[in-house]
Amino acid sequence: MHTFRSIAAVLLAGSLGLAGLTASAATPAEIQKDLETAARASTPGFSAFSAQRGKQFFNSTHGNDWSCASCHTASPVATGKHAKTGKEIAPLAPAANPQRFADAAKVEKWFKRNCNDVLGRVCTAQEKGDVLAYLLSLAK
Amino acid sequence: MNNTTKRWILDSVVWSVSLLFAFGLLTDNALADSNGLSPTNATWQAECGSCHIAYPPKLLPAPAWRRMMSGLDRHFGTDASVDAATAAEIGAFLESNAGQGRKRGIDSGTLRISDTPWFRRKHDEVAAATWKNPRVKTAANCGACHGGAERGDFDDDAVRIPR
Repeated sequence: MHTFRSIAAVLLAGSLGLAGLTASAATPAEIQKDLETAARASTPGFSAFSAQRGKQFFNSTHGNDWSCASCHTASPVATGKHAKTGKEIAPLAPAANPQRFADAAKVEKWFKRNCNDVLGRVCTAQEKGDVLAYLLSLAK
Repeated sequence: MNNTTKRWILDSVVWSVSLLFAFGLLTDNALADSNGLSPTNATWQAECGSCHIAYPPKLLPAPAWRRMMSGLDRHFGTDASVDAATAAEIGAFLESNAGQGRKRGIDSGTLRISDTPWFRRKHDEVAAATWKNPRVKTAANCGACHGGAERGDFDDDAVRIPR
């Protein structure tokens, strides 16, 4: 079993390294659907995601210094800027940047990091889904 | 085929593929060294280069990189954590190409490149006003003066201090 896992890991590393392919390619709609399944399971009384609530969440601070907008700006179709290092951040809304929400592992990685920075905890499936609903509601 | 034989075949496959990879990385680094530029690694470039330039491994000694990689969840005030496999690859790349010798091989205890003794000495002619220039903003912004920083080129002769 262990050996099979090693092989899988090596092959995965190989495909990532050689071809630059992502093992978790997805569409924003697929990611939204997975979030919805998670939200239904974890949020009592869940009905739907809300772009309006997502926008509010995106632009608010949550106990720490930063909001999502601190780096991604209040207009996520625009180029953002890292609040600390000043490095440019490509637009977050899929309409402006097709590479966004196109890789489930990447989405998971950044939600984990950034929710930790902004809220000091992980985000709930409801919060993530609301934010994605907001981002998907934006046109270029 | 008994289980031992199967196991042996599988293990051989794993090792061969791993060695091919290791060899690929080594030649990559050797080529980079021979043309004077910093060695690179795609994972290091992508992950470390998301929020700031991917600082070349030679700018810190190996023990400092090891400490850096073990505390990515609290990385200069932000969560920069990566999964275990990614951390292992980046850590190995950083340590095998880390700073060496009397200057950059010394572990002064800091993880902040701009706080290391060699960096301070190297930049002691830079005026206080330059560091405060909004076009520089922070000592972490290598590219403000070193135009080739993104590709690991820190040649003294190419330095252009913004006014």
